[in-house]
Amino acid sequence: MKVSSVPFKGTKDQEAKLLEVIAKYKGQKGALMPIMQEAQNIYGYLPYQVQKIISDETGIPIEKIYGVATFYAQFSMSPKGKYIVAVCLGTACYVKGAGKVLEEVEAKLGIGDGECTPDGKFSLEVCRCVGACGLAPVMIVAGDVYGKMTPDRVEGILAKYE
Amino acid sequence: MKTLQELKDIKAAKGGQVDIRFNPDTAEEAVKTYVLVCGGTGCQSNHSVEVMDELNKMIDAAGKKDEIQIIQTGCQGLCAKGPIMVVHPGNIFYQEVKPDMVERIFNEHILGGTPVDEYLMVEELPNGEKIHYVDSPFYKDQLRMALRNCGKIDPEDIDEYIARDGYQALAKALLEMTPDDVIKEVVDSGLRGRGGGGFPTGKKWMFASANRGKVQKFVACNADEGDPGAFMDRSILEGDPHSVLEAMAIAGYAIGANQGYIYVRAEYPIAVDRLKIALDQARDYGVLGKNIFGSGFDFDVDLRLGAGAFVCGEETALMTSIEGNRGEPRPRPPFPAVKGLFAQPTVLNNVETYANIPQIILNGASWFNQYGTETSKGTKVFALGGKVNNTGLVEVPMGATLRQVVEEIGGGVPNGKKFKAAQTGGPSGGCIPAKSYDVPIDYESLKAIGSMMGSGGMIVLDEDNCMVDIAKFYLGFTVSESCGKCTPCRIGTKRMLEILEKISAGRGEIEDLDKLDELAHYIQANALCGLGQTAPNPILSTIEHFRDEYEAHIIDKRCPAGVCKALLNYVIDPEKCKGCTKCARNCPVGAISGAVKQPHVIDPAKCIKCGACMENCAFGAISRK
Amino acid sequence: MADIKVTVDNITVTVPEGSTLLDAAHKAGIDVPTLCYLRGINEIGACRMCVCEVVGARALVAACVYPCTDGMVAYTNTEKIKDYRRKTLQLILSDHDQDCLGCVRSTDCELQALCKRYGVEKTDYYEGVKNEFAIDASSASIVRDNNKCILCRRCTAACEKYQSIGVIGANDRGFATHIGSAFELPLAETSCVNCGQCIVACPVGALHEVDATQAVKAALADPSKTVVVQAAPSVRVGLGECFGMPIGAEVEGKMAAGMRRLGFDAVFDTNFSADLTIVEEANELIERVTKGGVLPMITSCSPGWIKFIEHYYPELLPNVSSCKSPQQMFGAVVKTFWAEKKGIDPKDIVSVSIMPCTAKKFECGREDQSAAGVPDVDYALTTRELGRLINEAGIDFVNLPDEPYDDPLGESTGAAVIFGATGGVMEAALRTAVEWITGKQLGKDLLEFQDVRGVEGVKEACYKVGDLEVSVAVASGLANARKVLEMVKSGEKNYTFIEIMACPGGCVNGGGQPHVPSKIKNFMDVREVRAKGLYDLDAARPLRRSHENPSIKAVYDDYFGSYGSHRAHEVLHTTYVARKVNADHE
Repeated sequence: MKVSSVPFKGTKDQEAKLLEVIAKYKGQKGALMPIMQEAQNIYGYLPYQVQKIISDETGIPIEKIYGVATFYAQFSMSPKGKYIVAVCLGTACYVKGAGKVLEEVEAKLGIGDGECTPDGKFSLEVCRCVGACGLAPVMIVAGDVYGKMTPDRVEGILAKYE
Repeated sequence: MKTLQELKDIKAAKGGQVDIRFNPDTAEEAVKTYVLVCGGTGCQSNHSVEVMDELNKMIDAAGKKDEIQIIQTGCQGLCAKGPIMVVHPGNIFYQEVKPDMVERIFNEHILGGTPVDEYLMVEELPNGEKIHYVDSPFYKDQLRMALRNCGKIDPEDIDEYIARDGYQALAKALLEMTPDDVIKEVVDSGLRGRGGGGFPTGKKWMFASANRGKVQKFVACNADEGDPGAFMDRSILEGDPHSVLEAMAIAGYAIGANQGYIYVRAEYPIAVDRLKIALDQARDYGVLGKNIFGSGFDFDVDLRLGAGAFVCGEETALMTSIEGNRGEPRPRPPFPAVKGLFAQPTVLNNVETYANIPQIILNGASWFNQYGTETSKGTKVFALGGKVNNTGLVEVPMGATLRQVVEEIGGGVPNGKKFKAAQTGGPSGGCIPAKSYDVPIDYESLKAIGSMMGSGGMIVLDEDNCMVDIAKFYLGFTVSESCGKCTPCRIGTKRMLEILEKISAGRGEIEDLDKLDELAHYIQANALCGLGQTAPNPILSTIEHFRDEYEAHIIDKRCPAGVCKALLNYVIDPEKCKGCTKCARNCPVGAISGAVKQPHVIDPAKCIKCGACMENCAFGAISRK
Repeated sequence: MADIKVTVDNITVTVPEGSTLLDAAHKAGIDVPTLCYLRGINEIGACRMCVCEVVGARALVAACVYPCTDGMVAYTNTEKIKDYRRKTLQLILSDHDQDCLGCVRSTDCELQALCKRYGVEKTDYYEGVKNEFAIDASSASIVRDNNKCILCRRCTAACEKYQSIGVIGANDRGFATHIGSAFELPLAETSCVNCGQCIVACPVGALHEVDATQAVKAALADPSKTVVVQAAPSVRVGLGECFGMPIGAEVEGKMAAGMRRLGFDAVFDTNFSADLTIVEEANELIERVTKGGVLPMITSCSPGWIKFIEHYYPELLPNVSSCKSPQQMFGAVVKTFWAEKKGIDPKDIVSVSIMPCTAKKFECGREDQSAAGVPDVDYALTTRELGRLINEAGIDFVNLPDEPYDDPLGESTGAAVIFGATGGVMEAALRTAVEWITGKQLGKDLLEFQDVRGVEGVKEACYKVGDLEVSVAVASGLANARKVLEMVKSGEKNYTFIEIMACPGGCVNGGGQPHVPSKIKNFMDVREVRAKGLYDLDAARPLRRSHENPSIKAVYDDYFGSYGSHRAHEVLHTTYVARKVNADHE
């Protein structure tokens, strides 16, 4: 099976929450994406076991769910690190040197876009414009936005997250 | 539930306090001091929330809670200088306010009445004169219609919106106008879609208005602002969410729909939160829900979060996505006005378009269409970014020139560099070269020079930007955001990108330009949706205006702007090199050799062109050629 | 609906409102090329082959989905358009495994045909990276080779719309978009029912059956083996198409001759076991009705349908007839009764079937399908595979004489031959059950149960049989089956007997039948044409009731004893397993 090699560690509690979410949307048109978004909030990602619950409960073929999951950048089939490092490669950031910031993050963490460090601490995402173009280039770590980034600031910023 | 009279009472009670922020010179004397702190994404990223916390502490400590009010607003525009704080009365702007600056502002200005000069937001004019922000072109040359409330009211307080005539347009539409009157007003206003295509909004509504009351219809709002470098819609949602809700309800009344959907990017958490708050408040006040203003008209709005797919900004893809599918566009016709969301007639407009509607209804079409050009009425909001001093959000009347926006409002290109081009319309648009600096910005003029209005991203490029690289960047974006449904976009754009990569890697041949041109025109004509059809625009416009740069890459194997790595060579000038070995030590691949105190040499075969040697050379002996 | 006038390439035609430009062009005698379009299920305008110019339209239009308006003027064949189509083909080729000579679809590939039509000379005009995929050969029935896929999505539409299964669909996006199952699971690990409608839908070689011709050829060449073949009813109205004969051409006699020339030791007819199925199944139905068994009873001939109910409605498995399918009954009889009679060790018999079906390949490997201790059927070939064998052998099929099938398992009635069309099993069963219950022979005019004929997805009828009210339903296509089952589950309908076939229209349109190019099937109901061939054969047969088949009588006299006897149960009946929709994976 593709994607995650990490064993699924979903709990009964998480499953109960997901079932609640599915029940909430029962009968609503176009509910699949909101269900998937909430499921990802509950589990952090959408492994087979989670998509299976959604499929079994809604009757939507699991391939359709997977097809949706792989279409949108937001959905992840592998678990995320404790801290998500996002480097914006939107136009404003790109023209101001975000590529070099990304290279530095990749070098420091030893991972590429969409990957997670082996210790589960950081995952790296290249993101499209986050709308903070005035601060370009921008890097976001665990929701904290760092503007006017330069490669030499990367190490110090990452060190703040333990 | 509030009656129309109750709304008017709120406005009467609250209006004076709000008015001072809009008309600082003429408003009645304020009873309080108002401190506006920007809570837009840009300023929050720069710790504006901590600034507010600090200020709150001081107000509490001084026991001045009743006399000083903090208002967290949406985006004030000049994101580059955030966090921004404005103190009323006086309309005094502070820039880059850090928590440790709050104490002085509080003591000297808010309590003491003397603004802290050194924190003031000033702008340096080309002649070197420094002027306060409110007197600067950035502030004065803008015409704020869609952004009228942004940065000035508390977006989380419906009363502040009501104080600004909020929901009066809806009341007017429901109680004094027929649905056809509403549509006529919008048609007459000349408002065109602000999301890119520029289709006349009123016409769209007219198409969807058939069979009112007989079939289920929907009103949808496109808030999936995905252009890299654009944040107009985000700022409106963060700064003035009720204006969109009100407009959607008006659209619902006009076409006969009772349900609206806002499809908003999940990457905009502040906008989403404020929309949720606004929805709750609007329902609580009864301006959304059943029997609005006793008119018998019902309307409600649901939020749907986008999940990171640029193509969902295309109207049919957006609807397919709301339906719970992969966001793949579908062929038109049938158009959404006939068969849209859940196969029902649907009106879909973007955020900025909606934000104009309430004023058009309140002030009339002729008020609105006095602004702008013959074919493009009103204003346009741009997210000004890239190599420009005042990056941020600006709103100008249609017909303003690029030069006005970049040079006057934007404060020009920084670091004494030369303006090379402005990119508008994002991945669907093109690059406007310096020779078109004085072209008026409207739908037709931009199209005529190979770009497009787009949703309003405007990225300024200077001489350090390589146009081949820029074209590659945009096409790379389109390729990664292509939905993969139709052949021309799925494979065609990929093949174009590969040719561009080949050129920037120094392997280009002159025939490649013909092949690019041929593919570009093929994709424009054959792709299924607007995303695919416009994907070649950045390439076509850069080839047209900067063909010499492409030829330099292909024929001379040279990147004039020094961006395309494969075409760069780092060379050590033996005259200047002191043999300090620093470059060799910093070279990550060991490409530099040389004895101590002897001139060093770079082995071009090993060099990965990272530039570390040049950055580290203390003697300026290394250059890039 | 009102008629409108449309001018296509200067030819003015009248079409009903709601027609597409493709329809109007067809009416004007113009073949606008399509790849992704399949009428009714895949109207997505994605491949862009059918782009045309409409006067006044803002951009080119996709003819397959563009609605005509009155007075519309369109051009379908300008040089510019042809050039665009050529580029579309070249782009497709740039991400296509161009192993055309070795491809199973070579010469009946729709992409190849269009490249020829548009004179695509440079097949490598656009160069660049290609997507590369592992071939999924996990399934017993279906091979998926994404390297040949052109992303027309006809397969996924068939899976989702016809069959309501959707085990394959589009995954990822952009250039990486590909057809796959959830989490890229191998097809064998999904709830795929092996019906092969995806193969029938595929315009290229991205989907094909698991090939068994090599194994069959090896068996034929092995002197120690007795190789026996049976061919299903609907094969005789499909096989001729492999040799350029008209769609639905009836080739019953030529097929027997062809198989004999391939070297099969005995050439039998699945029609025989279709008759056998009817007598066993009618007997089971009467027993259920008279002894208070589980009703409605549902037919079990279609292995795609069986796997579907095992996955999706396991709670209704007691309703399914325990009778093996005709293929399996045949194999079981060959390896028990016939082996005994001939004195051949069943282990030395290689039992081959020719089926319109890909699910039959899965079925012959199922548990509890081994009456003699060895599999009842060893190899199930599709109609297409038989066509390839005959072609490879150099047999001039079109000019073969008609030959009979071997005795005793080659004898059949008209009731058996209509098994190949939706409603055929129902009609055959009714002919026998009604006569048995009433004890009276049906007159010629009453023998044909017209209510259950035709290609509609769900057909219903109610018959008064003696004192009994017999309410029946016939569904073909699993999406239609789902509708019927939901009505049964909810109690909305109280049927006595239900016939279900996995493929829309029944076996004539099975997943193993010859490919018909979309440019033909978008304008012709192939199911009707092929079914007509079967009904004509039935009408011409001297015997039209299964229980009249003398060989059937003989088999019961010699071997089984009575209908539903203990031995009949051992040999001719089977069991089912409950499966999950989504398997558990760690």
